Amino acid sequence: MGTRKCGHITASSTPAKGEAGRTGDWRVTHPEIDYLVCIPAKSKRPSCFICWTLCPDNVISKTVPPVIDLEYCKGCGICAVECPVRAIQMITDEKE
Amino acid sequence: MSIHDHKSIQDLQTEDIQIMTGNHAAACAVKLAGVQVISAYPITPQSPVVEKLMEYVQSGELKAEFVNVESEHSAITVCISASAVGARVFTASCANGLALMHELLHWAAGSRLPIVMAIPNRAVAAPWNILNDQQDSISQRDTGWMQIYCRNNQEVLDTVIQAYRIAEQVMLPVMVCYDGYVLSHTLMPVTIPDARTVKNFLPDYKPHTILDPDSPRNINPVTLADPRVNAEGVLCHGYMEIRALMQEAHLSAVPVVEKVGEEFGAVFGRSYGIYDTYKTDDCEILIASMGSLSSEATDAVDDLRADGIKAGVLQVRLYRPFPAQILAEAVRATGCKGVVVMEKNVSYGYEGALATDLKAALFDHQVDVFAHSYIAGLGGRDVNTSHISDAVRTSCSYLPKPKNKQQKAQEWINCKL
Repeated sequence: MGTRKCGHITASSTPAKGEAGRTGDWRVTHPEIDYLVCIPAKSKRPSCFICWTLCPDNVISKTVPPVIDLEYCKGCGICAVECPVRAIQMITDEKE
Repeated sequence: MSIHDHKSIQDLQTEDIQIMTGNHAAACAVKLAGVQVISAYPITPQSPVVEKLMEYVQSGELKAEFVNVESEHSAITVCISASAVGARVFTASCANGLALMHELLHWAAGSRLPIVMAIPNRAVAAPWNILNDQQDSISQRDTGWMQIYCRNNQEVLDTVIQAYRIAEQVMLPVMVCYDGYVLSHTLMPVTIPDARTVKNFLPDYKPHTILDPDSPRNINPVTLADPRVNAEGVLCHGYMEIRALMQEAHLSAVPVVEKVGEEFGAVFGRSYGIYDTYKTDDCEILIASMGSLSSEATDAVDDLRADGIKAGVLQVRLYRPFPAQILAEAVRATGCKGVVVMEKNVSYGYEGALATDLKAALFDHQVDVFAHSYIAGLGGRDVNTSHISDAVRTSCSYLPKPKNKQQKAQEWINCKL
């Protein structure tokens, strides 16, 4: 089956989760949050959220505790660098 | 092909005829087409187009938004944005200004936006030169824009109007090219069509994908090699499919240009084809050319015929998409034995671009005639009828030769090295 059926003549997308594809595939390292150190997790209160603010792919939730969507996290490591209490570690992905 | 058909003087007197330059004719057509957004950056010899349009907008004659910008790169960006939200847009540029647009020309075509641009053709630096040749638009040949070349100021006005009809049907941007100074700054009588009739001729622009805050979407996201399933589960094009659709649109545009040219004739009395010919009956050698050089060639043909040389002219109006089959058949129909391709551009390291394209068309359609490439008039170098006649005589000397001796290297005429 060809792509002509999609009816478009240019590339376009609507704002929706996963419109850029499963960007988690691009990753070589993934972040892991240590909830014993993470400020909102430890304090059990909405706080800090610097990782949520700075994540360029909007894959970290603004929740207590924050959760990272590894389906779409590209593994850039910005959250790990920016976390003020160093609660996030970048771990090498196992090759499939 | 009835460009040479003239109405009787009595008929003409009922119409509005003005003496105007090619640039003024382009601006006038933009006004008649009801363009809504104009953005352009001045460059010689295009500036009078922009100045005239500013006059129209300032006086309220044309209800359009004129966006001042700091460069040609920004001018075409404004046009792309405005076209993507559903406005009919116009810009004009040439030479190094057009070259500065290059990246965005690909964006406009790849986004399938029916932008119309007037190009009063000018030589590209270095060295600086403000005079006419067609290197600027030919250098943008492969950006995905359509290209139509005009011979006189009436054609400029009529072609800009037709360009919107064509562009908005096939969803491709169109360059309307006319020789700088030779046409852009030369006064000629031009019949101005009735504004209401033009409005009827040009239905409102309906964009294929409109950018609208109420229905947010992203155009031209990263599109990788292979098709992908979008968030709604629909299999969408990869890069190659989108580019193949653009090629399909180009190829489908040839009959559209023909049809729009005919319909224009039915409404306004001046019909247009994708090529035109002059004295091609009983023709032994054919001069193929684009733009005002084709008009000059008709005078050369008169001189040559007076001397017993059976010459004719093939004026190529539509250059992209290249109407290969139609041109090949047109050459075959003349019965000529050879073609003199005369053009104001060169693909450095080979020959004139039209010569290469035409040869490929002749080869594919097995029209067994020679085609010689002549480069003329670069940077405003004068091309008069005797230069053209001399080139034709040179190529004529190949006519008695055996087929395998008829090949001739490209030649620059009136070059004084």
